Amino acid sequence: MTIEVRKGEVLVIVGPSGAGKSSFLRLLNRLDEPTGGMVWLEGVDYQQIPPRELRRRIGMVTQTAYLFPGTIADNLRFGPLQQGSELPAKTIEELLTQVGLAGRAEEDIAHLSGGEAQRVSAARALANTPEVLLLDEPTSALDAEATGEVEKLILTVVRQNALTGVMVSHDLAQAARVADRVMVMSKGKLEKIGTANEVINAEGALR
Amino acid sequence: MLKELFANQLALGCGQAAVVTLLALTVMLLARQRNIHLERDTIVALVRGIVQITAVGSILVLLLRGPAWTSIFLLTGMILAAAGMSAGRSKGMPKSFQVSLYAIGAGAGSVIALMTWAGVIDTRITSLVPIGSMLIANAMNTNSLVMNRFRSEVESHAGLIETGLALGAESKQTVVPYVQISVQASLIPAIDSLRSLGIVWIPGLMAGMLLSGARPIYAAIYQFVTISMIFSSSGLTALICSLLIRSAAFSAAEQLTLRPLPVPVRAVGRSV
Repeated sequence: MTIEVRKGEVLVIVGPSGAGKSSFLRLLNRLDEPTGGMVWLEGVDYQQIPPRELRRRIGMVTQTAYLFPGTIADNLRFGPLQQGSELPAKTIEELLTQVGLAGRAEEDIAHLSGGEAQRVSAARALANTPEVLLLDEPTSALDAEATGEVEKLILTVVRQNALTGVMVSHDLAQAARVADRVMVMSKGKLEKIGTANEVINAEGALR
Repeated sequence: MLKELFANQLALGCGQAAVVTLLALTVMLLARQRNIHLERDTIVALVRGIVQITAVGSILVLLLRGPAWTSIFLLTGMILAAAGMSAGRSKGMPKSFQVSLYAIGAGAGSVIALMTWAGVIDTRITSLVPIGSMLIANAMNTNSLVMNRFRSEVESHAGLIETGLALGAESKQTVVPYVQISVQASLIPAIDSLRSLGIVWIPGLMAGMLLSGARPIYAAIYQFVTISMIFSSSGLTALICSLLIRSAAFSAAEQLTLRPLPVPVRAVGRSV
């Protein structure tokens, strides 16, 4: 497959289980090594970018939040610390305000709900000031109310931070709500790509 | 009872081996009843154990009469075999043979060399080979424990480790807690052996020394010396192994390569 993700857009990848959506996403921040083909980031072959630098520039939010033991602030500090910089308390508060958790920096992550954990996960990815945000079914473990909140949050942070978003979802309705463009995958191959309207009809079925 | 049945020592040894084999097989069958399948491992280990020790015993009789330098070849062979066995115990662990060889070789090998140079281990082949083999065998066990524990820790925390990688962390840093746990857990047997020396167990070497006419207090002190050497070589092996597996678990592009092994599917029910 050959695709181009445009700067500032949200591309949602949909397809049945086992289509290779998450595997495709993991290739983009080089958590897995492609067996062939090339990935370019801002016109540069990503194999030329050191993996740690690449992953700082391409943030990721996964299906399970996987928070590190400690406080919310500890989690937000993690990424910048890897680059040798201390995240100022003011920035932590700004990030938490952005994800709707203002004033909760010193709270232990053990007390968070699923939706709140996912918000921390998003703020933690943003703390690295990425250019691209990968989202691997970030709402699949959440209830309907939390799903709506996280979707809204994703759109807000992507737009506010002028990010490029690539999101995996198994839910066509969600793709229609969130995506600028939708890409359909099946058996590891690209089936179609286009605007949500072009790919999904009014009933939420694939055209 | 056996002593009355068997007239000579060789026959008595065979009788004793048969009794302990029966005992081991009984334990294996008890485990089987609880659906814990040790059959293959137990039978292979029993057969290998008796064949190997008898063969080596026979060869040792010849070799122990040879010059001291031949012990280097014997100990090197033991280190290679130990690395192979430890690697076999750590399926799914990348570069397991190299890691085991370097860790056991450097851990046990350096302690043997240093202690022989210092005069703690006698240079006579009859002393160097048995004591060296004890250090190598314990280093092998420790190495297997480190690798197995590390693998299971990494497999159960793969999500957290990859989250660290995705946030730009150095690969080795993401597994630091699991390396620490693995090393600590692997050294529990060596520490317990040292702590319980003389109270819970008296090593066979001490009985041997007493039988060969050593002064009891010297025999006792030498047990402490031996167990301390075992602790040091095991500890060194664990540390070297932990340094090497940290790198072996990741690719050059800092991707986690240590993945869970596929779970074997056991057929349930019967065909009609």
